[in-house]
Amino acid sequence: MTDIKEPLIPVVGVVTDIRIDTPDVKTFRVVTPEGKKAFDHKPGQCAMLSIPGVGEAMFSITSSPTNTEFMEFSIKKCGCVTEWLHSMEVGQQITIRGPYGRPFPVDTEFAGHDMLFIAGGIGLAPLRSVINYCRHYRDRYGKIDIVYGSRSMQDLVDYREIIDEWTKDTGVNVYLTIDREQPEWDGHVGFVPSYVKDLGFSTDKIAVLCGPPIMIKFTLAGLQELGFDKTQVYTTMELRMKCGIGKCGRCNIGAKYVCKDGPVFRCDEIDELPDEY
Amino acid sequence: MRKIALNQLDQLFAEIAASRKLYLPVDTKAGAKFEPWQQGTVLSDALNTVRSAKDFFFPQTENLMDFKVEGKNIEVIDTRSECEDFVLFGVRACDVKSFEVLDRVFLAEPVDTYYKNRREHGVIMSLACTRPQETCFCGTFGIDATEPEGDVVCYKTEDALYLDARTEKGSALLESLGCLTEEGDWAAVDAQKAKTREYLAKLPLADLKTDGFGAGTTSKFFDAPEWKELSATCLGCGTCTFVCPTCQCYDIRDFNTGHGVKRFRCWDSCMYSDFTKMSAGQPRLTQLERFRQRFMHKLVYYPTNNDGLFSCVGCGRCLAKCPIQMNIVKVMKKLGGSAND
Repeated sequence: MTDIKEPLIPVVGVVTDIRIDTPDVKTFRVVTPEGKKAFDHKPGQCAMLSIPGVGEAMFSITSSPTNTEFMEFSIKKCGCVTEWLHSMEVGQQITIRGPYGRPFPVDTEFAGHDMLFIAGGIGLAPLRSVINYCRHYRDRYGKIDIVYGSRSMQDLVDYREIIDEWTKDTGVNVYLTIDREQPEWDGHVGFVPSYVKDLGFSTDKIAVLCGPPIMIKFTLAGLQELGFDKTQVYTTMELRMKCGIGKCGRCNIGAKYVCKDGPVFRCDEIDELPDEY
Repeated sequence: MRKIALNQLDQLFAEIAASRKLYLPVDTKAGAKFEPWQQGTVLSDALNTVRSAKDFFFPQTENLMDFKVEGKNIEVIDTRSECEDFVLFGVRACDVKSFEVLDRVFLAEPVDTYYKNRREHGVIMSLACTRPQETCFCGTFGIDATEPEGDVVCYKTEDALYLDARTEKGSALLESLGCLTEEGDWAAVDAQKAKTREYLAKLPLADLKTDGFGAGTTSKFFDAPEWKELSATCLGCGTCTFVCPTCQCYDIRDFNTGHGVKRFRCWDSCMYSDFTKMSAGQPRLTQLERFRQRFMHKLVYYPTNNDGLFSCVGCGRCLAKCPIQMNIVKVMKKLGGSAND
């Protein structure tokens, strides 16, 4: 657990850049008023962002820890806080506290392995952090496969970075798919779970999944059909949170708290939790 | 062990209150309630307060911080002041145990500094029970109503109050009361304890067992069909969680005063429908899931994370206050198997 002296009291962050990713996703760049990163984090960890008077909400940190200058958050507009965040202009101050939660085991269980990342929609946001971490320390990992799907071409988050950077790396294969045909799209069409099965990955790798619960459910089943064991598959969960430190009780599921025992779970660990998610 | 005659209690309270705030149970129209002592305050004879003592460390509402918002700029203002020393007199064995349950949540890393600050400044003068009620079942959780924990443990007999310090804080307090009290022996206390124990053994819930519940029993109870019947009449009012000394779920909300924003922490309840509601969905769709969460947390999840300690102290407040007479005892009897037949 990160040493946080005053876990509920945030610091001020300034939004220095806003990128429009999709019709309902924007990526916000945040630094302190002094222009520094607010705090260090590990891939998969989260932070609480708030606008005083509107509310506070938990978001995964989408930028990689290897970025020493700023943090980024890719946020989908879907509630009060996110609505407000989407209406912000550059220069707006918000508050930020964290980092929270158990990160992906990038330096232990993942080290030396081939990696398969599978994301659906805004589910790419938490995976971007670990993908870019693996890309940064390229020699620590084997082959990297990335399967990413969204409703439409316009709903693919980080599209420019994927095309301009990820697809150009050696040893990195990117497979994009969209749900329905579009005239300007010449790539794969179809849902992520069936695409993963069609691609038929070898099982000597670690898979990391994030997306809507229904996508996770079917993709996990598909991976198992391919011969993956649940101990090779990681995902990151989302439940409502208020404190971020395992005390307010909101994200409690079984004997676990998603904010501190997660959000990253190995799929066999999820089996031990009651079926409430 | 020190001793003071009951007719001298006023002097004792006055001496304690001279150097710090003293709170004790006082009778009000709405039942017994912890109130600050002042000249003329009479200690309640009631077995327990209507609300638990958790308010003193985890208040129902507290201002966590303020924000000054000007244009695009925000200033975070830590509004806390150092807590003053205070003494809580008359806390019963069940409620003292509830502090341990809360400590394991709020004092676990990362420490909740708001809670810790109050906890460090409070001295607990517990009071052994002499006349437990029919709703009491602290014994089920290994709590001895005649022998509470606390900084100073107090025992009431027919004519005297006996005081025994158990911690450094407690010893310091007793020493400061010096000549008001005299040396006491255990004979009268032990006689009273024996009488109370006889009474405890005859209580209707004296035989309630925790057998079967505890750490690692999630799969045994989670899908039990009995939850449906048990939760069927639950109104989701949250009264049980508010009177409960160990319920610790909270909400964080902002309030715009017009001159700035105040951020508050308030008690919340897993019994409420919006407790887990997200824009992305609602994991606990019906009252069954919410009801189950509360009891699974107290009897299974909490013990799993806390060396088997249950998150119920058997104070019986939820038995007395639930508008539909549903409670943890009925849950334990229904699900606990043959031990509670």
